[in-house]
Amino acid sequence: MPALSVRHLLGIKYLNEKDIELIFETADQFKEVINRSIKKVPSLRDITIANIFFENSTRTKLSFELAEKRLSADVLNFSASQSSVKKGETLIDTVNNILSMKVDMVVMRHPNPGAGIFLSKHVNASIINAGDGAHEHPTQALLDSYSIREKLGEVGGKKVIIVGDILHSRVALSNIFALKLQGAQVKVCGPKTLIPKYIESLGVEVEPDLRRGLEWCDVANMLRVQNERMEMSYFPTTREYTQQFGINRELLDSLDKEIVIMHPGPINRGVEITSDVADSSQSIILHQVENGVAIRMAVIYLLASQLKT
Amino acid sequence: MISNQIIRISPDRKVGAFFYPQIRWETNAADPYTPHSFIEQKSLFLFPDMLVSQPMSQKVLLSSKEIHIILHRLACQLLENHLDFKDTVLIGLQPRGTFLANRLAKLLKEEYKVKDIKLGLLDITFFRDDFRRGEKPLEASSTSIDFLVEGKKVVLIDDVLYTGRSIRAALTAIQSFGRPEEIELLTLIDRRFSRHLPIQPNYRGRQVDAINEEKVKVLWKENEGKDVVYLVNR
Repeated sequence: MPALSVRHLLGIKYLNEKDIELIFETADQFKEVINRSIKKVPSLRDITIANIFFENSTRTKLSFELAEKRLSADVLNFSASQSSVKKGETLIDTVNNILSMKVDMVVMRHPNPGAGIFLSKHVNASIINAGDGAHEHPTQALLDSYSIREKLGEVGGKKVIIVGDILHSRVALSNIFALKLQGAQVKVCGPKTLIPKYIESLGVEVEPDLRRGLEWCDVANMLRVQNERMEMSYFPTTREYTQQFGINRELLDSLDKEIVIMHPGPINRGVEITSDVADSSQSIILHQVENGVAIRMAVIYLLASQLKT
Repeated sequence: MISNQIIRISPDRKVGAFFYPQIRWETNAADPYTPHSFIEQKSLFLFPDMLVSQPMSQKVLLSSKEIHIILHRLACQLLENHLDFKDTVLIGLQPRGTFLANRLAKLLKEEYKVKDIKLGLLDITFFRDDFRRGEKPLEASSTSIDFLVEGKKVVLIDDVLYTGRSIRAALTAIQSFGRPEEIELLTLIDRRFSRHLPIQPNYRGRQVDAINEEKVKVLWKENEGKDVVYLVNR
């Protein structure tokens, strides 16, 4: 069996197609495991994993913790808000203190882009990036592609549009890397102010009109507007944003085909997506969450198998 | 080419083909006076040691006919103990035990008219005890068990019983599907003298005294095109 080409999962940028295929094939087996009545396997019983979250999270943190527990790893949870980081401790010091308690793997979310890469160069543990600022969120992109593969059979050749706040979105960047790597076509759509200037250099097209974009695509990935990362106003009002870039039942019904709707969460109902769409059979939002656990189990399992005893 | 047989003169004494060159004089239209494998022959004469390290001499342990007979016997032994298979489930171990399990289930259904055979396939990768101990990650296969084993009699089925570690993993893995009333083990080949754990089969096809340097290779018609069991000398 091939091994992953990397020792850390810092971003999709550092993976190749074979890695993604391997992660998906492994996730298939874990998906079967988490649907058993006893959902636990003993593979990682001698591994300790620290979940270090310097930024808030619900889904990702729970999903990682559950994945680790289902693999029988020992889990340490750490949130920056309740820690000595507030007292002025540096990132390397914090992590090295945790590692001296014999931790093998670190799952980290951090508001600064590149925090995971920086850490991987300075500490001796396998690092999984659970989101670093507006840079990458690799496990989210993997679970998104996995969900598309599950729903449509494969990712290669499919047309995917990513709608919303592309500028502040790590989900968008990781998704673009992952989808391109698997041979999908990608377009982005959103207010001009929220589209990065050189996005075309990644091989994606900008589609200013949502309706045209939806007519083109097989899958629409709706992103949340990240108000917490906006220090200035990028569009006039939320109402105007919704009218131009929000998705609703009438819009979907007026298309001549049924497209798949995705959302990485958390949803702002009534802003980028209406409730009737989010809860419809076209939406695979909750499948994404379920697949998230299987994908994270696969990533942790594959990285852990490279740790020597 | 020199066939493998001539390497071994007697089972315990290896003699190089240096002394027993066996050359096939098949004619070749372009060059009728040179044996096909002349080049190899020449190098063997120059370096007779090559033969001693030549890998993969293999001997047939079970032929297709013997496998056929053994499968029928195993099916009969299962029948004797389980009769109507009402509370019995067959579990084939991935990846190589599944062929044997499928074969036995088919035999019981078609030849011995057992109406309802419950067959599941179990992957034990995540329950193995050598995680992180090899070079490569352990490759997982799929599990498909669409019933609970709670209160059932489970028959684990695998092709070769060697160290017993796979079966140890299977004993743990099967608990994810409930608490069986009892568990039995059926293997086609039982390599005795090589066990690491106190595990013995309830039903065995053939017992083999293979040493650790040897490998037992089971091929199946469905997968490799023929039914045969080899003893391979590595």
